[in-house]
Amino acid sequence: MPSKSTQKNTLQYVGLGLFCIALLVFAGMLGIESYRLTEADLIATIAPNPDVSAPEPQSGPEGGTVSAGSSGGETSAEDGSAQETDDPRARLLYQVQGTAFSEAARQLGLTDQTFGSSFSFTDRAEEVYALAKITVDERVDQLKADGALPEGISEWDVRLGDPVYFKEKLATLATLAERGPVKDNPWLFLGLTIGLGLLGGLLYILPKFSSHPGIKNNHIYHSQLTKGLNLGWRSVLLAATAAGIVLYGIRYMAGDYFWPAVTAGIALVIIGLVLFVQHSFGRDVRDAGPAGLSAYLGILAGTYLIGFYVLLYWMPHHVTAWVTMVNPVKQGIFGTMASQWFLYGLLYTLIILVMGVRMISRYLHNKYQIIRTLSVMFFQLAFAFTIPEILGALNQPQQDLKNIWPLDYDFFFGWQLDQFQSAGALGTFMLVWGIFLVIVGVPLMVHLVGKRWYCSWVCGCGGLAETMGDPWRQLSDKSLRAWRFERWIIHGVLLAALLMTALTLYSYFSGTSQLLGFETWKVQKWYGFLIGAGFAGVVGTGFYPLMGNRVWCRFGCPLAAYLGLVQRFQSRFRITTNGGQCISCGNCSTYCEMGIDVRAYAQKGQDIVRASCVGCGVCAAVCPRGVLRLENSSVDAGYRTVAERVIRVSEGEGVVMVG
Amino acid sequence: MHVAIIGNGIAGVTAARWLRKLSDTVRITMISAESDFFFSRTALMYVYMGHQRWEDLMPYEPFFWKKNRIDLLRQYVERVDTGGKVLHCGDGSTLQYDKLILATGSSWNKFGWPGQDLRRVGGMVSAQDLNLLEEITPEVRSAVIVGGGLIGVELAEMLHSRHIHVTLLVRDRSYWSGTLPPEESEMVSRHILSQGIDLRHDTELGEIVDDGAGAAGAVITKSGERIECQYVGLTAGVHPNIDFLSNADGLETKKGILIDNYLETSVPDVYAIGDCAQVREPRPGRTPIEAVWYTGRIMGETVAYNILGRPVAYDPGIWFNSAKFIDIEYQVYGEVPADGRKGMSTIYWEHPGGEKSVRINYDGASGRVLGFNLMGIRYRHEVCEKWIADGTHVEEVLQKMGMANFDPEFYKQYEAEVVARYNRQTGSNLQLRQQRSLSAALRFLGFKSRTPRTTSPQDAQ
Repeated sequence: MPSKSTQKNTLQYVGLGLFCIALLVFAGMLGIESYRLTEADLIATIAPNPDVSAPEPQSGPEGGTVSAGSSGGETSAEDGSAQETDDPRARLLYQVQGTAFSEAARQLGLTDQTFGSSFSFTDRAEEVYALAKITVDERVDQLKADGALPEGISEWDVRLGDPVYFKEKLATLATLAERGPVKDNPWLFLGLTIGLGLLGGLLYILPKFSSHPGIKNNHIYHSQLTKGLNLGWRSVLLAATAAGIVLYGIRYMAGDYFWPAVTAGIALVIIGLVLFVQHSFGRDVRDAGPAGLSAYLGILAGTYLIGFYVLLYWMPHHVTAWVTMVNPVKQGIFGTMASQWFLYGLLYTLIILVMGVRMISRYLHNKYQIIRTLSVMFFQLAFAFTIPEILGALNQPQQDLKNIWPLDYDFFFGWQLDQFQSAGALGTFMLVWGIFLVIVGVPLMVHLVGKRWYCSWVCGCGGLAETMGDPWRQLSDKSLRAWRFERWIIHGVLLAALLMTALTLYSYFSGTSQLLGFETWKVQKWYGFLIGAGFAGVVGTGFYPLMGNRVWCRFGCPLAAYLGLVQRFQSRFRITTNGGQCISCGNCSTYCEMGIDVRAYAQKGQDIVRASCVGCGVCAAVCPRGVLRLENSSVDAGYRTVAERVIRVSEGEGVVMVG
Repeated sequence: MHVAIIGNGIAGVTAARWLRKLSDTVRITMISAESDFFFSRTALMYVYMGHQRWEDLMPYEPFFWKKNRIDLLRQYVERVDTGGKVLHCGDGSTLQYDKLILATGSSWNKFGWPGQDLRRVGGMVSAQDLNLLEEITPEVRSAVIVGGGLIGVELAEMLHSRHIHVTLLVRDRSYWSGTLPPEESEMVSRHILSQGIDLRHDTELGEIVDDGAGAAGAVITKSGERIECQYVGLTAGVHPNIDFLSNADGLETKKGILIDNYLETSVPDVYAIGDCAQVREPRPGRTPIEAVWYTGRIMGETVAYNILGRPVAYDPGIWFNSAKFIDIEYQVYGEVPADGRKGMSTIYWEHPGGEKSVRINYDGASGRVLGFNLMGIRYRHEVCEKWIADGTHVEEVLQKMGMANFDPEFYKQYEAEVVARYNRQTGSNLQLRQQRSLSAALRFLGFKSRTPRTTSPQDAQ
């Protein structure tokens, strides 16, 4: 019978089934644990008794180096509760905060109670925090009134901050309190989620290797997973997500709405510029896409990814079961406790490996695609995951040596610079190497071969986009309007990264915490939240199934913007068009993940030099007439990119083909 | 001046674009009954196979037409009054013009087969053909396609992607052997068969059998074999769309609309371009009607000059074309006759895998290179063309062959094997001296020394 889907064998259906089960278990396992906190764990986490050498409360964030570029998680900035023995401050903290917490916990019934979900547990813990905060404030007021605050200790060292800063402790408490099947059988759940997912994925992918090599794009626009949405629905979902992130940002900034308001203002200015100053409003764009709501599976996949990122970045206390599950792996190999960043790094790497195999199976006839895919798989496995993990186990800075500022936006943060300097020769090397890449490595390599050497061969974000994101590459918007948005937004992010880093370095070297009234830590915190987590993670990856696989790379990545400027003005790289062979079929534009309207150039016979091109080579691969080729040459890039070259007609010369 | 263009295919659209580029004042109206906007006809297959959406086939965004002041009219022109310079449309409306460009394209052939007008019998040329095919697809479990040309194999690939059993009937002893030399033709035949398409050589359609409900139910071949099917694809060539011109006064037509070297018809101020045009005096080695994308584009640009009083003779240039036979890409430059010709020598190299080949034709006496035929390997158009135009000696070409290679990076280069083949064939001892290189190609083409031509305003982005 005729059908609008690709043919699958039984094994592939089994694989799909197993993969779906893995996804369900992965989500469902968060709901099956119960939580029971002992008072000892509570105190040890909040304000340990300096006289008791209590076991270190384990599991804290270990820095966002795990996951290639897109990690962007909060990093381990110290929050002022350093623990040193025989420290009068620690003693005072224990006396004031510790007591307040145990009283509040007993009064409200937090400790030695079993909670059925992370929600009821963390709700109660937050109530305890609120109550303890009142008590602490009263006692500090009392101490102040009595003049009993020890020398050198400020009242702000002892008072409790805004509840939003309790988040990290909350995740630790939830981890310590967790009881249940996952805690008891981590290997079982590892097998049912990651194991089953890997098995299912490979069962689905490996049979593809037996098919005849060639372009495998059949039924992409017939599938509810990959067909995408029309402009209206896409805009609604994007606007809702962006608004949600900015609103949540107010809470994240402990009620300080200055930077969220600035962000919203900038967004409105850009929308106004594109729509009204550049006259893109109401113009007919070539918006493809089905009428009405569609791509149900795509929306489901996007929602799953967005949910994953929101939980991972901002609600780690609800995902302790995931961390518990991978803990034996981390303990076994690296000997330290896992955090949510280890989980993320592990998943990220496994996904790139498995989906990389899939990518290769699709391009068996194309050596460029195979080598490029092997390259991103290698760099993720070695540089983004394994080496930093080993460094961490050796107590060295967990630097991903291929991650480059300004994508690696915290490279120049004070704590990071201190860490490099305290790590001896290795730390110095990391610092010098990072700066070398920015100043020499990047421009030189882009000059020689284009930004592809990084974006589609090395980068972790690019690696994920080219592997897991490949099924959705066709969903990038090719309209002129989208290009206009792209240029304002990506260069805006580059500017933001530059300003933020400048402020950071100013603070670092001058020792002042603010400039012109802008507090450095707030700027860093907001950048990390908005760009590092919200843009790169939640929108950048969560919108793969809705807006294509390079949302972050195209619209947001400041490093891509930098590489792009070099590529546009100072590179030997171009995509050449083969004379007059183009038939305007549009496959190149459709499958351009960066939303470049390749056909617009190819049909005029022009070579293509565009800042955004990541050189994935898929346009050349899908061209049915052999029209496009990625090339490097120092000979003449200029002339061939301007005039219409497919034919030359003139009164003097008559018709000249391809001049 | 008001120029009306009937037809919004590649020829008509190129004419409209160049009219606007060359003149800011000319009024342009482009009329089509087929679609609101220009689309790439050659890509219709990709919509059916789910590679692209219908909108992805449009090379220009809708605002392009307004910005360039090209008026679009969705109408069917029923009659052209050449005397009064008036177009009569299907809904009774009329349109005055000063100059008229006929760019009406072509439709698929029917050769009087019994049953050819049944339901579920059709070709694959227009947007309507595609819609019709999509509509009947749920009823089709197996299909028969008649005709071994480019559209035949594309239609076979389309149906095959929907898991419909396809039988492809080809009159010749191998696929498209009237155009492709025997080795290449056999390569394509092998490839089609290897994909699971039932390719039948030396088979012709006898009749199409009614399934009892007015639709195709089977075909019977000329040798009497009956093949059950629910769809019959007719892809045995195309013919110009000129029926609506039968009572246009003074307009001479044969198979197509007859035009002179300046693309003008027998009626002053009426021009014809693209698939529907028939050149009165084709250049040597060329046919009067060349229904390909590229000639439509050249004609479109040329006609714009002529209409604006800047006479340029039509010149189809050195022949080139390309296609894709399921997974085998094909490119041809210059002279590659199916059966060769007197005085023409050929070097043919084929990859052991049987899905790549290079053929170079040259003049046996003078050694001048005449044509290139590539299967599964990409060559640079400009380089091949310059070699042919300059009449470069085949041995010179062979030694620099890498310059023409246009395959993606990391692809194996086979030029040395082609040279070795030539050496074996002729007893020479040539060496390949140039690997694949853009720099070498650009230097050879001498871009630096050229100045970009001047035209009026650039195209809108």
